[in-house]
Amino acid sequence: MVERTQPGASVHYADGPVRGFALAAVVWGVVGMLVGVIIAAQLTFPDMTYGIPWLSYGRLRPLHTNAVIFAFGGCALMATSLHVVQRTCQVPLFAPKLASFVFWGWQAVIVAAAVSLPLGYTQGKEYAELEWPIDLLIAVVWVAYAIVFFGTIGVRKVRHIYVANWFFGAFIIAVALLHIVNSAAMPVSLTKSYSAYAGVQDAMVQWWYGHNAVGFFLTAGFLGMMYYYIPKQAERPVYSYRLSIVHFWALIFTYMWAGPHHLHYTALPDWAQSVGMIFSLVLLAPSWGGMINGVMTLSGAWHKLRDDPILKFLIVALSFYGMSTFEGPMMSIKTVNSLSHYTDWTIGHVHSGALGWVGFISMGSLYYLIPRMFGQTKMFSTRAIELHFWIATLGVVLYIAAMWIAGVMQGLMWRALNADGTLVYTFVESVKATWPFYFIRLCGGLLYLGGMGVMAWNVVMTVRSGQAKPALIPRLATA
Amino acid sequence: MDILYLLIPLSTVLVLGIIGVFGWALHGGQFDDLEQHGAQILQADAGSVDPCQGP
Repeated sequence: MVERTQPGASVHYADGPVRGFALAAVVWGVVGMLVGVIIAAQLTFPDMTYGIPWLSYGRLRPLHTNAVIFAFGGCALMATSLHVVQRTCQVPLFAPKLASFVFWGWQAVIVAAAVSLPLGYTQGKEYAELEWPIDLLIAVVWVAYAIVFFGTIGVRKVRHIYVANWFFGAFIIAVALLHIVNSAAMPVSLTKSYSAYAGVQDAMVQWWYGHNAVGFFLTAGFLGMMYYYIPKQAERPVYSYRLSIVHFWALIFTYMWAGPHHLHYTALPDWAQSVGMIFSLVLLAPSWGGMINGVMTLSGAWHKLRDDPILKFLIVALSFYGMSTFEGPMMSIKTVNSLSHYTDWTIGHVHSGALGWVGFISMGSLYYLIPRMFGQTKMFSTRAIELHFWIATLGVVLYIAAMWIAGVMQGLMWRALNADGTLVYTFVESVKATWPFYFIRLCGGLLYLGGMGVMAWNVVMTVRSGQAKPALIPRLATA
Repeated sequence: MDILYLLIPLSTVLVLGIIGVFGWALHGGQFDDLEQHGAQILQADAGSVDPCQGP
């Protein structure tokens, strides 16, 4: 049920913010991954920054996580969500000026983070380190983003709300809620505040936030990308649209209570840990349903995977999503967790999701989006996309394999006991044994960063040879 | 674990909200013709620049 564009209504899509966010995602991707490589190098060669406090690991590590998650991932999500919502609703953005404010506001948040974190200003909450004035700015920008997104859905010309918009919508609402509850703090000065919660209460709120940030920011948002850009790039509808709807509702009903698995064997009550573990295990089902649905979209057209590096990015992203969402529930089992927790296995798990799933699905989507935002149909160089794909894949494999081995080794060394109950190994012996794996991880990270550099070059060449033309909203065939 | 007095009601309200939205979507006809809706994005938009389809 579709109506025609009304006379007098805007006939062009509002793609300015989409262009801005897409290019910003590439820039922040290079920056965030570069900082990641620097801290990986610091773990391998601890003296390399000569003890300069602004470059110390403890300050650069939150800079890396914030840059890749909120700057690279956030800009990619905002670019794609604002693109998808216009194309699937067949209307220009609601309040395009507000959308420009979202763009500049978000860049201001990123710059403020890039300055304040190396200076040592932090709330000390993982993935929520930014101090309270920046937190307030995030809240304002996020509310504006929600108004633009849901406003666009509100004025849509297509009655059905496409499944990708449901995922983006859930991501926007959940992140607003999580951010506001977790960042509640009492300021004592402009640059210092204390959390509203204390002790284990604070830990529980922090991981309710932390895990749901993974669930709604790094999963639901990027699934929105997956459900639009894979069908578009493959030129086939989603394998089962029905299953995609089930995937959405099952995922958002079960995600909220998986957080306690970050607090196994801590002061958190045992029953709360078990609830977290059970919900984490349940999550395997919708996650794999979605993964299979996405991959099977290529059913009957597998040959496209051979020639199209963008599809390679998108489909390999899904296979990493499947791997990570299998590994995650397994690691949430208490007995497995007693081995894996606090080791580099966790780092490997996070990066199989972050580099493999989030990175690849964003890169694939941006490779689809960027040429179309600049009056073209494909990137400047398809061979460069192919090159990017292979070096990035090699980088991810080196990274996660090194961290798996290092993690299991550390877990086994830490809990090895002599017959008299004393520890077999000192902690520093496990650090020493990990060195070769830190080196391999650094090589993997360098490859992944190199791939991002290839992408940045390709994007510059594409933008230079194209031009940003306003795109007409097509007159619709009535459904 | 006083924090559960915040988090459990919050999550419950959220689940009730989700159920409400789901009910709206179900009864509002969002899921009436799923196969056709899945294919619609492919025909609706040929590309970003579309000179032949003005208003």
